[in-house]
Amino acid sequence: MAAYVVRRLILMVALLFVLTAAVFVLFTLLPGDPARLTCGKACSAQTIEANRHRLGYDQPILTQYEEFLSGLFVGRTFSADSPEPIVCNAPCLGYSFTRHEQVLTLIAKAAPTTFWLAIGAFIMWIITGISLGIFAALNHGHWPDRLVMGISLVGYSLPSFFIGLVLIFFVVIKWSWLPFPSYVSPFDNPFQFLQTMILPWIVLAVLNTAFYMRLTRNQVLETLNEDYVRTARAKGLPERTVVVKHALRAGLTPLVTAAGMDLAYLLGGAIITESIFNLPGLGALAVSSVLESDLPLITGITLVTSTVIIVANLVVDLLYAVIDPRVRLA
Amino acid sequence: MTTPGRPAEHPFLEIKDLGVAFPTEDGLVRAVEGVSLSIERGRTLAIVGESGSGKSVTAQAIMGLIDRKIATVTGEIWLDGQELIGLPADDLQALRGAQVAMIFQDPMSSLHPFYRVGDQITEAINAHRSIRAKAARAMALEMLRRVGIPAPERRIDDYPHQLSGGMRQRVMIAMALINAPKMLIADEPTTALDVTVQAQILELITSLQDEFGITVIMITHDLGIVADVADDVAVMYGGRIVEVAPTGVLYAQPEMPYTLGLLSSIPRMDRELSVRLEPIPGNPPSPIHLPLGCVFQPRCMYSDRVAGGACLSVRPDLLATAAGHLVRCHLPAEERRQISQGVLNVLAGGS
Ligand SMILES: Nc1ncnc2c1ncn2[C@@H]1O[C@H](COP(=O)(O)OP(=O)(O)OP(=O)(O)O)[C@@H](O)[C@H]1O
Ligand code: SF4
Ligand SMILES: [Mg+2]
Repeated sequence: MAAYVVRRLILMVALLFVLTAAVFVLFTLLPGDPARLTCGKACSAQTIEANRHRLGYDQPILTQYEEFLSGLFVGRTFSADSPEPIVCNAPCLGYSFTRHEQVLTLIAKAAPTTFWLAIGAFIMWIITGISLGIFAALNHGHWPDRLVMGISLVGYSLPSFFIGLVLIFFVVIKWSWLPFPSYVSPFDNPFQFLQTMILPWIVLAVLNTAFYMRLTRNQVLETLNEDYVRTARAKGLPERTVVVKHALRAGLTPLVTAAGMDLAYLLGGAIITESIFNLPGLGALAVSSVLESDLPLITGITLVTSTVIIVANLVVDLLYAVIDPRVRLA
Repeated sequence: MTTPGRPAEHPFLEIKDLGVAFPTEDGLVRAVEGVSLSIERGRTLAIVGESGSGKSVTAQAIMGLIDRKIATVTGEIWLDGQELIGLPADDLQALRGAQVAMIFQDPMSSLHPFYRVGDQITEAINAHRSIRAKAARAMALEMLRRVGIPAPERRIDDYPHQLSGGMRQRVMIAMALINAPKMLIADEPTTALDVTVQAQILELITSLQDEFGITVIMITHDLGIVADVADDVAVMYGGRIVEVAPTGVLYAQPEMPYTLGLLSSIPRMDRELSVRLEPIPGNPPSPIHLPLGCVFQPRCMYSDRVAGGACLSVRPDLLATAAGHLVRCHLPAEERRQISQGVLNVLAGGS
């Protein structure tokens, strides 16, 4: 187990290296002059050249990459030869000259919003999706099953921007049940936080709930037909034990993988939902960084969200091995 | 204690006119119809028949394992003076594992992959009595030893996937016998195992049966293994019993054409190579569209010998042809015996 984890961690670091290189090459190959983008229309050629030098874009690409990497581990200083050098401590993901702020700081500001958005929606859809899925499976073929499956189909076919706009229109504008969304930290104003987050949570949860209801139902139905469930009944165990300890334990295990990965993707930012509800999260940050062609910021966000997904992958694999004794980590 | 109105000397297990039907989208699946059987205490009955003939459904009906939400069960099952079909779910649950236990065809999929084998056995103990964890573990260990698992103190904490197929079936047997049931139903217990292991498992079941004095129902589609283990044999076809006889009689004087067909398809060492094994031509009937007359008629070579085409239109009854020997066939007994001896002579390599 320990050897496996070490190997996976080494692999993870290697993967991130490849990823940084890929992102770096990709964004350098993009058309357009990054130095030109650092200042407005009325920019003199001198300013552009000065910025090019300050950003290091006048260096060969390999040198740029080296500086980027060393910035990650030991930090770096931008425009060291100017009167106002910009010190970026490790792990330095870069400096956004569009926003005049360190990339890491920008991400750290946006991350909590996305984190709360993802966690809240996750809890919502896991609870409703799994419990309704189990309920449907245990009533297989009868009306509760059909009802749940019908709801799932509807939830599945509604695009999230549509649900979001409908909710805003009725709940906020028409009926004024909630104020216009305006994000605050839950630690500053928990009530306003909840008022802001409840609709985005619902929007994100609907689609996933629909998916998890279906997944859970099918999983549980499948395991209820397993031979070992029949054995559990043949032993004379109470039906409750048969269902919970024998069928659900095995049937819900594969959901760990799906849930872990879905959460990880969401932690990378929910672009549509964040935009509709005006939430300053990673998704919104990513969108504006692209619109502003803010290369250092795009690179930083890509790296951070990829890291989250790679780490989640490892966590999910380890968790699975703990739950299912047949899985050998080797 | 016996139920009022029933004599004390009833058979240990008596099934009367059992019927199990599953309504499905394609129509009513009549998996079992009019099955009547009885077994004396401590004896072994083999139920033999092709795939789909209703063996497992019959066994599951005895265990109370047929889901009443998806099937209708009719008839009576008397176990040691108690009728099971009308029994409330809770009483059936208390009976399962304690009075009647069951082992299945595939010991890999029949054990839960997530739990240690020892825990699965102690779970069976705890289902029926309160006992301290330590005592339960000691019981499980002792039972694992008795079913012939080497180094049981190490194996008890293994997961099923760490054991071989034969060992897993031994674990299943240990789990089935842990509550000292009066009856064991073995549903094709060796089909999924290697040939060498098959014999060991059968031997184990027989020896444990003697030791514990259990009544056994052995389900199989292989008449070849029946001779060594069973006192009586019931042959099933198309959801019904077509012939019942003491094992020796069934081999020496089978009367139902289907039984003859089964016997002709057993490979035997002592048989001359020149005699071709003949599997019965044709397929078993669909349980949704059963033939109107004898369910075996579409595959029967002898149906045209019955006067008036009765095989096509009239369901034959299961009737006694000798003591303990019942046959379901329209042919006159005399003619059945002639046919049977003719076939057996060919099989024996004579003429
Ligand atoms: N839950 C069910 N729903 C519908 N039909 C069923 C169900 N269970 C069993 N059957 C049908 O009942 C018939 C008898 O099945 P059963 O399992 O008893 O056969 P079997 O004799 O044990 O065969 P095998 O040797 O393959 O185990 C089959 O045609 C099967 O398709
Ligand atoms: S009743 Fe007729 S069809 Fe059926 S087994 Fe006898 S002879 Fe054959
Ligand atoms: Mg079967």
